[in-house]
Amino acid sequence: MTQSYRLNNEGLINRNKEISFKFNGKKYIGYEGDTLASALLANGVHLVGRSFKYHRPRGFFGAGVDEPNAKLQILLNGHSEPNVNATEIELVEGIEATSQNCWPSVEFDIGAINNFLNRFFPAGFYYKTFMWPKSFWYKIYEPFIRKAAGLGVASIEKDKERYEHKYEYCDLLVTGSGPAGLSSAYAAAKNGAKVILAEDKPRFGGSLLTDDVTIDNLSGKAWSDKVITELKEMPNVIVKNRSQVFGYYDHNMMVMFEKTGDHLKDKPRYTPRQRLWYIRAKEVLLSTGSIERPIVFGNNDTPGIFLSAAAKEYIKVYGVLVGKKPLIFTNNDSAYETALEFKKQGIESIILDTREEHSSELIDSAKNQNIQIKFSHAVIAANGYKKVKSAQIGKLNKDKTKFENLEIIECDCICVSGFWTPTVHLASQSGNKLKFNNQIDAFVPDKSKQKETSIGASKGTFTLKETLAEGFKTGFDLSRNITNNNNSTSIPNSNETKKSLHDKFWCSPLPKGKNYKRFVDFQNDVAVSDIEVALREGYRSIEHVKRYTTLGMATDQGRTSNLNGLQLVADVEKKIVPQVGHTTFRPPFTPITIGTIVGREVDMEYMPTRKTPMHTWHEKNNAIFVDAGAWKRPRYYKQGDENLFEAAKREAKNVRDHVGICDVTTLGKIDIKGPDAAEFLNRVYTNAWLKLPVGKARYGVMLREDGIVMDDGTTTRISENHYHMTTTTAQAANVLSHLEYYLQVVWPELKVNVISTTEQWAGAALAGPKSRDVLAKLFPNLDVSNEALPFMGYSEGNLFGVSARIFRISFSGELAYEINVESDYGLFMWEKMMEIGKEFNIQPYGTEALSTLRIEMGHVAGPELDGRTIPYDVSLEGLVSKKKDFIGKRSLQKEAFNKADRQKIVGLIPTDKKSSIPEGSHLVVDKNARLPNPKLGHVSSSCWSVENNNPFSLAIVKDGKNMIGKKLFAVSPLKNTAIEVEIISSHYVDHEGKRVRS
Amino acid sequence: MLYIKCPYCGHRSQKEFAYGGDGTIKRPELNQEISDAKWNEFVYLRKSPRGKHIELWHHIAGCRQWFKVQRDTVTHEIFQTSKTNEELK
Repeated sequence: MTQSYRLNNEGLINRNKEISFKFNGKKYIGYEGDTLASALLANGVHLVGRSFKYHRPRGFFGAGVDEPNAKLQILLNGHSEPNVNATEIELVEGIEATSQNCWPSVEFDIGAINNFLNRFFPAGFYYKTFMWPKSFWYKIYEPFIRKAAGLGVASIEKDKERYEHKYEYCDLLVTGSGPAGLSSAYAAAKNGAKVILAEDKPRFGGSLLTDDVTIDNLSGKAWSDKVITELKEMPNVIVKNRSQVFGYYDHNMMVMFEKTGDHLKDKPRYTPRQRLWYIRAKEVLLSTGSIERPIVFGNNDTPGIFLSAAAKEYIKVYGVLVGKKPLIFTNNDSAYETALEFKKQGIESIILDTREEHSSELIDSAKNQNIQIKFSHAVIAANGYKKVKSAQIGKLNKDKTKFENLEIIECDCICVSGFWTPTVHLASQSGNKLKFNNQIDAFVPDKSKQKETSIGASKGTFTLKETLAEGFKTGFDLSRNITNNNNSTSIPNSNETKKSLHDKFWCSPLPKGKNYKRFVDFQNDVAVSDIEVALREGYRSIEHVKRYTTLGMATDQGRTSNLNGLQLVADVEKKIVPQVGHTTFRPPFTPITIGTIVGREVDMEYMPTRKTPMHTWHEKNNAIFVDAGAWKRPRYYKQGDENLFEAAKREAKNVRDHVGICDVTTLGKIDIKGPDAAEFLNRVYTNAWLKLPVGKARYGVMLREDGIVMDDGTTTRISENHYHMTTTTAQAANVLSHLEYYLQVVWPELKVNVISTTEQWAGAALAGPKSRDVLAKLFPNLDVSNEALPFMGYSEGNLFGVSARIFRISFSGELAYEINVESDYGLFMWEKMMEIGKEFNIQPYGTEALSTLRIEMGHVAGPELDGRTIPYDVSLEGLVSKKKDFIGKRSLQKEAFNKADRQKIVGLIPTDKKSSIPEGSHLVVDKNARLPNPKLGHVSSSCWSVENNNPFSLAIVKDGKNMIGKKLFAVSPLKNTAIEVEIISSHYVDHEGKRVRS
Repeated sequence: MLYIKCPYCGHRSQKEFAYGGDGTIKRPELNQEISDAKWNEFVYLRKSPRGKHIELWHHIAGCRQWFKVQRDTVTHEIFQTSKTNEELK
């Protein structure tokens, strides 16, 4: 029979719905409501994986986020995901799970040889062994370690799932729906607060689902169901299950991970797989509960060993027995509840209690049920390799350092309880310095740094009565401060069994001559002996011990291992735990998928795409696009099987010979208005602006306060108090912020307004000797003669019914115009220009031809204005006014900026007139000099000069002024080139600037 | 992620803002004679206090106003914000 460990009546699963799934290729059946872990356990499967370092067989240990062992590779709907916690993933029809970190199989794993060689793998093994020789690291050690120490396998397929982000605001965020969370959420909601209640498991109720308690004469579960039903009906409450609040960030920004689709076989089309919530909460209530910690003993990692609360949860929630011959090992009362649950199912267990014989409500009740209890006893070691077969136990002496009366007890599972550790991760993340509570031997939150309050077990309140009282009071108090309402809710009566004090016993001593591995951290395979080695080698700080041994560094964040590790360090160091301190808790509390973090920001949505109004035309005409920030710009228009180089040459040549048009919509445009606009420009730009007449454009350079060139562009006086500024595509946003800064912060007395109009205007540059002919036909009623519309002139015109702005400015160095129309007419303008220009051989040109044209003209752009150059360096010193002050002027007096051999822009041609010079090449005297070869400058921009038909580059070189005519080498170790170059003027074409004025 | 109160728009997430540096720096007047040392101090030298700090922020994805924020550089607590022409109390 399958599911031979499934109980007939117990549990909250749906027995009417069978679900089939595969584990390591074998088919099994479980029920709806199972986790993968509970379904496998129902089928008696315990061996699920191999450990990280020693490849020891490992089984399930917990029942939720505490699970350190059962990390599986999951295949569902064709999507493979590694390192999934089997205790957290809900069973879905068709799910396929496989064990990780084992080869060839989990049953027979060759890596397990490490287990027998374990004395060669002490703490810090990797640090000690793989250090020398250094050259071995990349080729030999690292690949080997990666292979040997892998967890699951990340999929290389594209993730087809949909992930979403959501933003939410609330008065109170309650994290966890146990008794503390339910009562506080209820009290706050009843008092009118906007509440979000988050529960990481599918079922609400937390410990109420498994504890034998009553509230308001209802069972814990019934009360929890009642409260949840009521909360769900309230309009001011959001109730979310399958939702883990995993990060606590500044100003109460909480981040939550919701599994919206993982539990659905066929999820609705637009349901995301997972959703990330950003929740800004006025107050955060941390009702995160506590996690049981184990007691450390020999071979305590053998499959079949469980936390006792997990064993209870498997019975109560899933109706599954983790074993039929349980041994219960505890230092406190709560494991007795597990024994009593076994008993209810007719299973006899034996309890080993490290405490001396005494009496309590729970102990008496176990005695009354004839459960066998051995006081002052402990498990020394588990026997069995792939499954527990028996346990070596012993009677503890008075000071609990030695054993007497050793015996072996047969058992098929060991349920261990070492008392409870409050889950303080989120409190710690909020900046709360934790304090050690001696009563419960664990850290609890101290003074709040942000607006957070811990209640219930997460602050060490372990009785139901006190927890409910705290929950109702805190929920009411916090909500009253926010809503000013005063509707209090009465605290219900509750019943629970009283518990006696726990025993401070964390680790079974080794009997003489025995050398059992006693694991503290299962997921990272850290044993007691590893911590002892670290301490012996001189590591003292707990943070160093953690990193050297990797204790608590695995994905379970040491949930079951931290405190035992600290106790151990404290014992060896003869300190107390608070002196040892604790390591830092960091988000995320549980692993979350990369997909959820990324959300919808993938592919096209990774960043916004900015397209000009003419984009569709470019597409239709074989444009190959290039990214310019978020913009897509045509780099070249491919004809036939041309490559980039050939196309750019053709397009640039056509501009020099005939006429071309280029989409310049992406240039930054800023509208500047106000009576002080001229004065403002005069302060922003290095040159004079007060006397620019209306209807004229001027080229300007702006500096940062440190004297470095920030941007350049033309600004046109449209009317008396109205200017149109253009910036480079790349600096558009920065220039706007820069202007706003000076207007709002530095000179608020200036009456000027600025606003970006980049997207309001579509722009086309019309360049080439034939451009005036095209312009004349575009604007038949406008006088476009050189006299009426001279270089740097501005006019407004009517382009077939569309009003247009015409600027006679030139980046290409040819006779050229830039025409702007409102964006919606951009395509219309472009098509008209192509149509009318046809008889003049008009061709569109892309950014590559544009670069060629400006480089051979010696016009500077981004590669020269690289944040390191002052006006002199790029030969713009003629634009620096000596009379007026402007932003950055004082910095130009700096000594380094005025040295006689200051760097300056020059032109370069290869002496062979053939070799293209890679951009970024260094200019040196001797190409064969020993490294570091003294560098005189660098090549900033390169092109193939269409005018002179040979390569040409711009470079910025030391003492550039006096270097003309000299020869240097342009070396590029990256491209492995060393080209002899001759230094010439940076203006390679038309250096008198005749064409633009023609 | 900080929660910043823009004096013009109210509380918004940090995502909408750009940090603008020390808010107490005063640019020297135009055309003012100034020593190299004083100018360099204005351009380059900034304090990096542990604790309370007055800084400028720019509501770049909102109203595009610059404003002052008094923030604790250790805890990120924001004590107050104000328009640039108002004094922080």
